[in-house]
Amino acid sequence: MKLDGKTPKGPLDDKWTNYRSKMDLVAPNNKRRLDVIVVGTGLAGASAASTLGELGYNVKCFTFHDSPRRAHSIAAQGGINAAKNYQNDGDSVYRLFYDTIKGGDYRSRESNVHRLAEVSRNIIDQAAAQGVPFAREYGGLLANRSFGGVQVSRTFYARGQTGQQLLLGAYQSLSRQISLGSVKMYNRHEMLDVVKIDGKARGIIARNLLTGELERHAAHCVVLATGGYGNVFYLSTNAMGSNVTAAWRAVKRGAYMANPCYTQIHPTCIPVSGDYQSKLTLMSESLRNDGRVWVPKNKEDVMAIREGRKTGNDIPEGDRDYYLERRYPAFGNLVPRDVASRAAKVACDEGHGVNSTGLAVYLDFSDAIQRYGKSEANTMGNHSPDAATIKRLGTAVIEAKYGNLFEMYEKITGENPYIFPMKIYPAVHYTMGGLWVDYNLETNVPGLFALGEANFSDHGANRLGASALMQGLADGYFVLPYTIGTFLCNEIRTPKIDPNAPEFEEAETSTRARLEKILSIKGNQTVESFHRRLGKIMWEYCGMSRNAEGLKKGRQMIRDLKAEFHKDVFVPGTQTEFNPELEKALRVADFIELGENMMVDALDRNESCGGHFREEYTEEGEAQRNDEDYTYVSAWEWDDDQPILHKEELIFENVELKTRSYK
Amino acid sequence: MDLILKVWRQKNNKDNGRFENYKVKANEHMSFLEMMDVLNEDLLAKKEEPIAFEHDCREGICGSCNMVIDGRPHGPNNGTTTCQLHMRFFKDGDTITVEPWRVKAFPVIKDLVVDRSAFDRIIQSGGYISVNTGQAQDANAIPIEKDLAGQAFDAATCIGCGACAAACPNASAMLFTSAKINHLGLLPQGEVEHSKRVQAMVTQMDEEGFGMCSNTGACEVDCPKEISISNIALMNRSYVGSVFGSDKGS
Repeated sequence: MKLDGKTPKGPLDDKWTNYRSKMDLVAPNNKRRLDVIVVGTGLAGASAASTLGELGYNVKCFTFHDSPRRAHSIAAQGGINAAKNYQNDGDSVYRLFYDTIKGGDYRSRESNVHRLAEVSRNIIDQAAAQGVPFAREYGGLLANRSFGGVQVSRTFYARGQTGQQLLLGAYQSLSRQISLGSVKMYNRHEMLDVVKIDGKARGIIARNLLTGELERHAAHCVVLATGGYGNVFYLSTNAMGSNVTAAWRAVKRGAYMANPCYTQIHPTCIPVSGDYQSKLTLMSESLRNDGRVWVPKNKEDVMAIREGRKTGNDIPEGDRDYYLERRYPAFGNLVPRDVASRAAKVACDEGHGVNSTGLAVYLDFSDAIQRYGKSEANTMGNHSPDAATIKRLGTAVIEAKYGNLFEMYEKITGENPYIFPMKIYPAVHYTMGGLWVDYNLETNVPGLFALGEANFSDHGANRLGASALMQGLADGYFVLPYTIGTFLCNEIRTPKIDPNAPEFEEAETSTRARLEKILSIKGNQTVESFHRRLGKIMWEYCGMSRNAEGLKKGRQMIRDLKAEFHKDVFVPGTQTEFNPELEKALRVADFIELGENMMVDALDRNESCGGHFREEYTEEGEAQRNDEDYTYVSAWEWDDDQPILHKEELIFENVELKTRSYK
Repeated sequence: MDLILKVWRQKNNKDNGRFENYKVKANEHMSFLEMMDVLNEDLLAKKEEPIAFEHDCREGICGSCNMVIDGRPHGPNNGTTTCQLHMRFFKDGDTITVEPWRVKAFPVIKDLVVDRSAFDRIIQSGGYISVNTGQAQDANAIPIEKDLAGQAFDAATCIGCGACAAACPNASAMLFTSAKINHLGLLPQGEVEHSKRVQAMVTQMDEEGFGMCSNTGACEVDCPKEISISNIALMNRSYVGSVFGSDKGS
């Protein structure tokens, strides 16, 4: 199948405006007759459902949570980018576009990214109007901070809870549409299949998680905003419930999975502390504005620290290796996430890791405390402050900026980060890959759309900080509500879709059979234990660095694990009741297949780009892209034996492909 | 560390429910929920039914987790959700009691899982600013005083977990409701609908079967986000104002 990205013709700056102005519309009286299903209520899903409701469509919205407000967008800490140039520091739509393309290592579609940069400005306006309490300056105007990989200050934030506040804004909009009756909300419902009629997506099979009942929901089209698949690694910063099932079920019905191997490993997370651990916690990237990353130069110091005989504070300045500042003097501690993560791995692989597992580096605020302390004392007219005064004043500044993060760190580790340098290590955080979509955010299955982290479209091989919130809301508020019309304008004469159609019957029957089969195994191993093993395989062979041999081995291990899972998993209870273990089992089964797809994709891509680092393709220790052979999107058609690769060539008309250097 | 857990088990809403005792081996680095994971793995190994409990982000922001631990919603530490509570705050040999939220408006679904959809309905009744997508003006067109924005933020930080109602002897939802009313009402964008919003949300809160406030202050103490009880006073003032038309709540 030839993949058509449907990028409009014309100059980059005008594509979206022209396209939007000339596209076919659905008249208000016809919108009332059209049904749309939205699955997921994170930033992308909630914003899409509420906006579609405002426009007059009949919307049915689904979440597996007990409330739409719990979606994992809520946990995003740092901020949201927008090309407002409120700081007058040279930002523009083009610069945000360029930074995103470059940050993504030239593996994303120019037209989509430019549109994202354009609508970024509307998002901030919309959110402020909804009452999102963004940080402000004394003059009452909005404040900004900077994030990794860029040289302007364009990140809007709400303390360390930006995702929470933006999600609550979208949730409140959604709640308003629910109260008006334009959106019907289904909480505690999990989508378990997509139903296709004559090749078009016409509904879903959802399981009512409280009763176990399988329900048929029909609509003229289906929108998936079901998030990313980072939990394939078991340990990640994702919420426990985040899963790939909705997207993977779409893949099983013919949708293509694009670039599944592009995963983002976030450099600043709290290190793993034991085998029982269920998840990893992110420390916002904004900390790298003031924190310096280092490890001890000498192995004796490393051993002394690991054995508890020394702390980071005992290591003299000359014996510390500030490796990011040493290797990347231009960006220093603010290099993009993929670069910072790999550098931490190198430092630990060489034996310089600073906790008992050997997998941690320091993030140290003592210099920032000194700098701020002196400046504060100066402001107060004290020009020769003593050390204690400097420390006290500097600590207060750090506390005002990052207080909630420091508190969270102390709660989890039991160590005071104002006194001892933080220990951090990279962890899986975000997945750039996802369902393949064209410029309309429509998958290769007509009438099936994918938004937010669930699609692959905007971040290429690496996502810059504060861009996930931007993309989710761009897709939901300002892109899909227009582009969905390109499909629906041809459906105005289509009557209501009949949930008794044979296609619904088939989908419900096969879903029920799948549930019964998994319950009937009654083996001896828990779902959790399989998930943990899957995560270990993924991390070992498809994690921060990969090589062909390991990927082949990893793929085989996953296939073996899949066979073992379907022979020996134990799931208690029945399907006609509230059964969290059954929910988990279905998700893990899908993760296993996705894991295999990731290995296949990583093996196909014989280059290093962004979050995909192949050990065979490096130049002086840095990632080496191969633009000649790999400037394409890999879109995989699933097959149990051998997935089939479809390529979408990426065409760059406006930016020159360069080696991504932060040195 | 060896612990005895006294956990509330209840098959469904019709079942009466009872405490069951379990032995569990934990270590001090675990979070409370990771300790519960260990217990559930033990139960599964014995082919027994695991304990159902809500959880998701495990970093204190989604508001899913909800256990009453030794009589206190979210356990012994202030400003902490259940998922952020670590076992280093317990001692070897401790017996720990774990119960669901006990609130009439939050019926038990199973074990420790309750139905908190009443909170969604309170928000649906008016907890929003009526602005359609695309209607917004430039974000910097409305300057907002930094301290005022901070005050609105303090109220907006509510995670909707329901600990306030669980802590309250009257099972009142006034802290939750007032936090949303003040988050929106303090901001110029939200002031336009303030009176209408206060009336609608308070009415919905009452219809859901939550009790009234008698100023015990338990909600504020157990709120994991430490939302101030002064929000309730402010809401009451706005409510009276909205009834008699003399106050816009600002």
